[in-house]
Amino acid sequence: MRILATVFAIASGIIVLLGYFYPIPLLLQLRVLLTNWALIIAAMAVLIGVYNLVAVHMEKIREGKGSVYSGVLVFALIVTFAYGLVFGPNDVAMRAVVDAIIVPVEASLMAILAVTLIYASIRLLGRRLDVMSVLFLVAAVLFLIAFMPTPIGQIPGSQTLAQFMNILSTGGARGLLIGIALGILLTGLRVIFGVDRPYEG
Amino acid sequence: MTAFGFSLLIAIGVLLLALVLLIALSLLRKRIPTGLRPIAAYERLARSVGFAVENGTRLHISLGRGSLFTTRGASALAGLAMLRKLTERTSLSDNPPVVTSGDASLAILSQDTLHSGYRVARAEEQYRFSTGRLTGLTPFSYAAGTIPVTKDENVSTNVFLGDFGAESALMADAAERENSTLIAASDSIAAQSVFYATAQDPLIGEELFAAGAYVGAGPVHEASLTVQDILRWLIILAILIGSGLKFIGVI
Repeated sequence: MRILATVFAIASGIIVLLGYFYPIPLLLQLRVLLTNWALIIAAMAVLIGVYNLVAVHMEKIREGKGSVYSGVLVFALIVTFAYGLVFGPNDVAMRAVVDAIIVPVEASLMAILAVTLIYASIRLLGRRLDVMSVLFLVAAVLFLIAFMPTPIGQIPGSQTLAQFMNILSTGGARGLLIGIALGILLTGLRVIFGVDRPYEG
Repeated sequence: MTAFGFSLLIAIGVLLLALVLLIALSLLRKRIPTGLRPIAAYERLARSVGFAVENGTRLHISLGRGSLFTTRGASALAGLAMLRKLTERTSLSDNPPVVTSGDASLAILSQDTLHSGYRVARAEEQYRFSTGRLTGLTPFSYAAGTIPVTKDENVSTNVFLGDFGAESALMADAAERENSTLIAASDSIAAQSVFYATAQDPLIGEELFAAGAYVGAGPVHEASLTVQDILRWLIILAILIGSGLKFIGVI
């Protein structure tokens, strides 16, 4: 079974890859077919994922570890899922649940995130005092100065500072992205040719 | 030749070159094993894994929320390669590693990887379905679902490896509050800067994709690093030649 899964995975990977480079009708049809299958499987994977989430929290409820939070989560999930299944995601009450609960909660987390990042930056020099950490903090502070709104409008010279910092950061980011792209290429090759087989469980 | 055709030709060329180099260097590495340059984060990881096994504490591996249908999924695949080896190494521990992810397909693959890791280590009975978890499908729900794992499950080492966003700061902060070791890498620039500020030894750029090689996933993983280096130098050369030609007005 594992060999069959590996053969099928490798064949699918090569067909989809060839479909990109040689868009002849047969390869294109196969590519579309395989991609559609993958999309259907991914949709089913969400249901399995939700089942996994419920199973993990049911276990917590049985063990009594944080059982209140887990109970609320499972209850809310079942009610929302059942309601959504019957009335659809565009129902007024369903939209209200999203607008009144999920959006404000995520906005609050975003606010906490801002504080957490400032706190982490302050503690950075305590954790790791080296040239790169100092440069990191100086760059962050200069960016904030260049872009922050003040009662007197823009700080003189901030435009030039922003442009200069932008050149440095864009160059650095492109360098990182080239490295990441090469990593993605090699990881893809290892998976396509069956060296890494995350599906063989 | 059109610009698209030219780009396609370059893409095929790079792909074939990478493939040939990968095969050749893998065979060479099998015959002549060579060392890897030390990376502080991976050295710390090796120490932390040993500590977790001896101490009976847990390893928490978070694979991010990179969908396997996008290029973001590649970082998660690199994380899965590392997970496989870490599962084998910690199979003797009383507390099996717990894996969290923010994508359903990835959660299933993490369960499969855990299962195959235990099978290879001949400890299949250690595998629990609940150790590979989907903790949330949106960035903040994923972070909110992952933080309790860091806090409540006797975790001594957190490994965050995959596609994350700025919300990873909340997870990193929770790990720091528990005084647990944090090894973190991401393919996203935003998350990399977050991890630079929060992790003890941050991993930058393509160091994320070196995870497999540094946990002993085999000569092909080590050869991948050499291929990446060769291709990077070729790109640098191409950029310099292109800049020179542009400067003198040839292109």
